[in-house]
Amino acid sequence: MSIAPETFAFVADLVGRRSAIRLEPGKEYLVESRLGPIARERQLGLDEYVRRLRAGAPEDELAVVVEAMTTNETSWFRDVAPFAALSSHILPLLRAAGATDRVRVWSAACSTGQEPYSILMALADAPLPVEVVATDLNEQVLARAREGQYSQLEVNRGLPAAVLVRHFERVGAHWRVRADLRNRVQFRRHNLMDAPPPGPFDLVFLRNVLIYFDLPTKRAVLDRVARALRPGGFVVLGAAETTLGVHDGFERVEAGGAVLHRPLREPRVAAAAPTAVPVPAGGVPAPRGLPPAWPPPTSTRPFAAPTRPVPVQTQPRGVS
Amino acid sequence: MRALVVDDSRTMRRIVGSTLQDLGFETEEAENGAAALALLEDGLQVDLACIDWNMPVMDGLELVTRVRATKEWRAITLMMVTTESEQEKIVRALAAGAHEYLLKPFAPDALRDKLDLLGMLPAQGGAA
Repeated sequence: MSIAPETFAFVADLVGRRSAIRLEPGKEYLVESRLGPIARERQLGLDEYVRRLRAGAPEDELAVVVEAMTTNETSWFRDVAPFAALSSHILPLLRAAGATDRVRVWSAACSTGQEPYSILMALADAPLPVEVVATDLNEQVLARAREGQYSQLEVNRGLPAAVLVRHFERVGAHWRVRADLRNRVQFRRHNLMDAPPPGPFDLVFLRNVLIYFDLPTKRAVLDRVARALRPGGFVVLGAAETTLGVHDGFERVEAGGAVLHRPLREPRVAAAAPTAVPVPAGGVPAPRGLPPAWPPPTSTRPFAAPTRPVPVQTQPRGVS
Repeated sequence: MRALVVDDSRTMRRIVGSTLQDLGFETEEAENGAAALALLEDGLQVDLACIDWNMPVMDGLELVTRVRATKEWRAITLMMVTTESEQEKIVRALAAGAHEYLLKPFAPDALRDKLDLLGMLPAQGGAA
């Protein structure tokens, strides 16, 4: 199925005016996949649904469209590599760069919360406190994120079973992130067009959101994110995203299979120089001030099939 | 990579099997734990077993326990694929030696996500 050009043009304009998210030609599939189900619910084809919107639609209905177009599909440990490397590789780099008392992470465009909670779960055994500020444009998804309650279908998406039983509790047919984790995320509404939330941050997750912006907006967002970072801090983009051809103020650094982006500018505040080196063929050297040997990256998977069963406390008691 | 799908429902074997095939796996099927054990004892080599919990003759937890107890089968990755969604059940399966646990019903992407976590997506698999 393909959509009419005027359908796409109307949706792109509406979404652009209300969210600054730019839907460029080529994103028709996104309109189909997000609005198709809404149109079907109303027993209309997508083109017909949008034609009626154009002819005059109540504000509520337009809000539904913007909401559907700006809410990201999200899963736990999405893309795997950044989470796999968080504790073993990225955290040591941040500590070497000066994050010695705590680590502050900004999860930008956090949607329904899977990303900030995944960050905390991946760093659950970190030797220093981890604070996460999670932001989104959309109040409704933020409310869901704060609640931290997910359906069975949602917890099936990329969440290791051992993590599920450690960090969630059953609530009826749903699963809720345990309070100790929920209380460690500060959720707040934020538009990426505006000044960043109070920093500085050691790490900013800005994944799969730049794709919605035009080039000048992408640059402006990356500028703001760079200013929110502590010297030596990193931006994590989506697996298919890069700063190449978008912003020349970043360098690419690999750590344990994850690709990070570090602002090139000199730190404005005197601080220890970051010790990670730009990309490298062969892995990341040990940063100064840390023991030279961390566990080498035997796998880019955080929860690769263990050679022994996952240790859990309950003993098996026969079969049901 | 080869996977063994163990489920007493033919429909479920077909759904799980075809999802795995789409991801690049060869698949074999067994209708309960005892039939799966028989295939393994006959020398069937598999990298992955997707195992239902509730089956006649021998259930999935028993199968997991038996496979984990046999040295030659230690390399097999075991994933429960079941409607048993109580926390305590998941803990029991993991304690018995299951590496992962997928709750039914599930979307094909969810199975793919689990295999990704386990590092078991074949390189040439038809990734979604």
